[in-house]
Amino acid sequence: MSASAKSRVNDFVIRVANVNGTGSASANSLLMKTIFRMGVPVTGKNFFPSNIQGLPTWYEIRVTKDAYLARSGDVDVMVAMNAQTYEKDLNRVTPGGVLIYDSTWPRDRMLSRSDITIVGIPLARICNEHFSNARARILMKNMAYVGALAALLDLDMEVIRTLVEETFAAKAKLVPANMEAIELGASFAREHYDCPFATRVEKLDKTAGHIMIDGNTAAGLGCVYAGATVGAWYPITPSTSVMDGFKTFCERLRVNKETGERDYCIIQAEDELAAIGIVLGASWNGARAFTPTSGPGISLMSEFLGFGYFAELPAVVFDVQRVGPSTGMPTRTQQADILTAAYASHGDTRHVLLFPSEPNECFELAVKAFDLADRLQTPVIVLLDLDIGMNDWMCKEFTWDDTYRSDRGKVLDAKALESVENFYRYLDSDGDGIPYRTYPGVHPKGAYFVRGSGHDKYGKYTEESSDYREVVDRLNRKFATAGELVPKPIIQRSKHHTDMAIVAVGSTDYAVREAIDRLASNGVHLNYMRIKAFPFSAEVSTFLHEHERVFVAEQNRDAQLKSLLTLETDYPKERMQSILHYGGLPMHCRSVIEAIQQSAAQGEAA
Amino acid sequence: MTFIGKPKILHGGLERNALGLTVRDYEGGMSTLCAGCGHDSVTAAIVQAFFELDIPPHRVAKMSGIGCSSKTPAYFLSASHGFNSVHGRMPSVATGAAAANRDMYLLGVSGDGDSLSIGIGQFAHAVRRNLDMCYIIENNGVYGLTKGQFSASADVGSKAKKGEVNQQPPIDAAQLAMTLGGTFVARSFSGDKEQLVPLIKAAIKHEGFALVDVLSPCVTFNDHEDSTKSYAYTRQFFHRAMHLDYVAPAEEIKAAYDEGEVMPVQLHDGSRILLRKISEDYNVNNRGAAIDYIRSHQRKGEVVTGLLYIDESEPDMHGLNRTTLTPLSEVPHERLCPGSQRLAELQQRYR
Repeated sequence: MSASAKSRVNDFVIRVANVNGTGSASANSLLMKTIFRMGVPVTGKNFFPSNIQGLPTWYEIRVTKDAYLARSGDVDVMVAMNAQTYEKDLNRVTPGGVLIYDSTWPRDRMLSRSDITIVGIPLARICNEHFSNARARILMKNMAYVGALAALLDLDMEVIRTLVEETFAAKAKLVPANMEAIELGASFAREHYDCPFATRVEKLDKTAGHIMIDGNTAAGLGCVYAGATVGAWYPITPSTSVMDGFKTFCERLRVNKETGERDYCIIQAEDELAAIGIVLGASWNGARAFTPTSGPGISLMSEFLGFGYFAELPAVVFDVQRVGPSTGMPTRTQQADILTAAYASHGDTRHVLLFPSEPNECFELAVKAFDLADRLQTPVIVLLDLDIGMNDWMCKEFTWDDTYRSDRGKVLDAKALESVENFYRYLDSDGDGIPYRTYPGVHPKGAYFVRGSGHDKYGKYTEESSDYREVVDRLNRKFATAGELVPKPIIQRSKHHTDMAIVAVGSTDYAVREAIDRLASNGVHLNYMRIKAFPFSAEVSTFLHEHERVFVAEQNRDAQLKSLLTLETDYPKERMQSILHYGGLPMHCRSVIEAIQQSAAQGEAA
Repeated sequence: MTFIGKPKILHGGLERNALGLTVRDYEGGMSTLCAGCGHDSVTAAIVQAFFELDIPPHRVAKMSGIGCSSKTPAYFLSASHGFNSVHGRMPSVATGAAAANRDMYLLGVSGDGDSLSIGIGQFAHAVRRNLDMCYIIENNGVYGLTKGQFSASADVGSKAKKGEVNQQPPIDAAQLAMTLGGTFVARSFSGDKEQLVPLIKAAIKHEGFALVDVLSPCVTFNDHEDSTKSYAYTRQFFHRAMHLDYVAPAEEIKAAYDEGEVMPVQLHDGSRILLRKISEDYNVNNRGAAIDYIRSHQRKGEVVTGLLYIDESEPDMHGLNRTTLTPLSEVPHERLCPGSQRLAELQQRYR
């Protein structure tokens, strides 16, 4: 062991470099789940290629006793399983760290470093000796590195065994082989290295009341709980697992056991244009309906989103953002659809947006999205990103209030229609900009004509300026009402007085909060506001005005959140400064810290 | 679309249907299409069909896209729920509407531009899904609202009003629907109300996607000499492959037919379509034969009309999905939301 190795108990990052298609995902998940079950907060980030087999893939696990669930920017333990990227992986290790490689094959002597500990385990050799099947040899190599790490990092073997048994509950005969591979890796490490290392895991009790889940699955579950019955979609990375989740839960919870009949209808559409059309048709006809998609899908859905806005139809869209523009990098993360989503479609259109920051919020805000869409009779777009959607996050267990009843908004039922003389679809009788609607087929008096063409407040076709303006001006009043109904921002104030603040949305939350803590320990204090929705509630503007200088941290090149704040609040834009992280990997706290320190230094110099 | 209310004058002698409604209760606003437009005849046939089927207007969702034909839902069934969607996208909205409430009658009205150009993808997939709806294409081979461009159904050699000759092969909606697995494919002519009304009635009652492709001449942009979609041309070349009668479930077949003269087709709800004077070599249940028949007449310049193909055995979208018989929009929240205890159980595997 190198003398420079520092002790990093429960506070380090493991990165596994592998080739995609080799089955490493289950090994990495086993590793992470073991640490989680040992009571130590942990987070996993998968950096995978847009490919099925053969390209480099990395999985990063941060073990974090303080529950800082963003990336730290360091790599303390590298498991270099991919010869293709070995050199890059070697260089990526933080000084004092550990590199584990497959020593079956000789390593170029040039590819070494003296400031890290290098651990060679002949993974391929030991697996080839013990397993005869070619596929098993590849898969078991992954289990063998889990075993080696278990010995080196002092992971609980019993926890590992339990997890393996749970994983293969349906195929119990696979348990012994997997455990054997794990033991092989562990024994070799124990025999040849002084185990455990100083960088290791120690049991804690900090994960009780938490689960590990990805945001897409959480959103799919939220749709079930919201009472959504119609889901339409066109497969697109990274949103596909929203519908996978919805489908899995529906198969368990929404199928009549006697008749096999389903209380849901999932439609794989021919494209995203059709997917949103299906959602609008279903919502119009009285069901709760949704579609998951990603950036290219939002572009295609734009025409219909404008229709939904103008004809005032509820719709719930999950946009799991990926790197753009165009096809971009489908398996990398960004927050670059903010402006497109806010103003999607031609003409004067504005849409309600929700920004969950982690899976628990994906679940909660999915339900909220349906309530808001029904209440406001307009499309609501929930902006996730690949990081929240596809990575496993440690989050608080989901809870449910059994007294919850869905808010279907202002709907006149048969009884109400019976008592009105005439029903007019677009009248603002309550002054909140929200008219009453009916479900088709309920009552003869409830009929009206939905159209994307100009209409007056009675729902009749019009080309009259004043009639048209009356309707679009009311839509503006409705949007103001939306600002009162959407979730308010989360505000975290420093214990010290400060006139500096940082503003963010979505998945960057943990990186920003960790940065704020670390900056505070260096005497730099910032207040923090995480925006959860658009239109911005009054609190957003009030918070901004309390500060002389506001940093806006976001994951896109063009400062889209800052642009939206500039357009939709009266806070002077010259007092906002961007922190932009848009390379496609999740933001880490270091990029926030560096940007703020740099800015502070410049401020002092000036 | 412009909406002009039609004065409602009720004559005491107007016939009433089983719901006590008169044909006037199935009408809509005044048409703003050109005088003589074929679409207005289709509108009249739709009014007649729904009136005769005793369907409560508010149980009908009438849907359309964009174009002259797509304006027509404003001209019939004013007490029904209308949805005038975006160009070429009505099939997706109809799919959603059907998913939400399987008990509503869905009627789609589209045109050759709306269904065969911008919306051909959505049209094709609605057919594939066997969406339970009556889908009428008012086919005139021309874009009317933008003043006379060829549509994808224009025949090779047909001349535009300004003299241009179409050189691209036409897309035949009926043949297309048959190759996509369509379960009810019909063609008719707006000028043949006697055939069109029973066809629309059968299409409404068919459980699955029912296409009625109606040749519906455009008097303003495509009714001149050398157009193959003009009234004169259509009247000369449309070939009625059969006569049709629609017989409601409880209704007796009153007319006496000679044996072998009538081919009855039973629909799901017990109603029947009686095909008469059908040529001996025509088999309405055989997709391949139907296409051959259409093509053999096409070679002679003729357009075959009638019920071209029907298959009552295929399940519709809900049948394939095994959706509950209760409309999804009416399933109570308690049945849809699994509650807190289930939520705790579900999360076990994420611990």
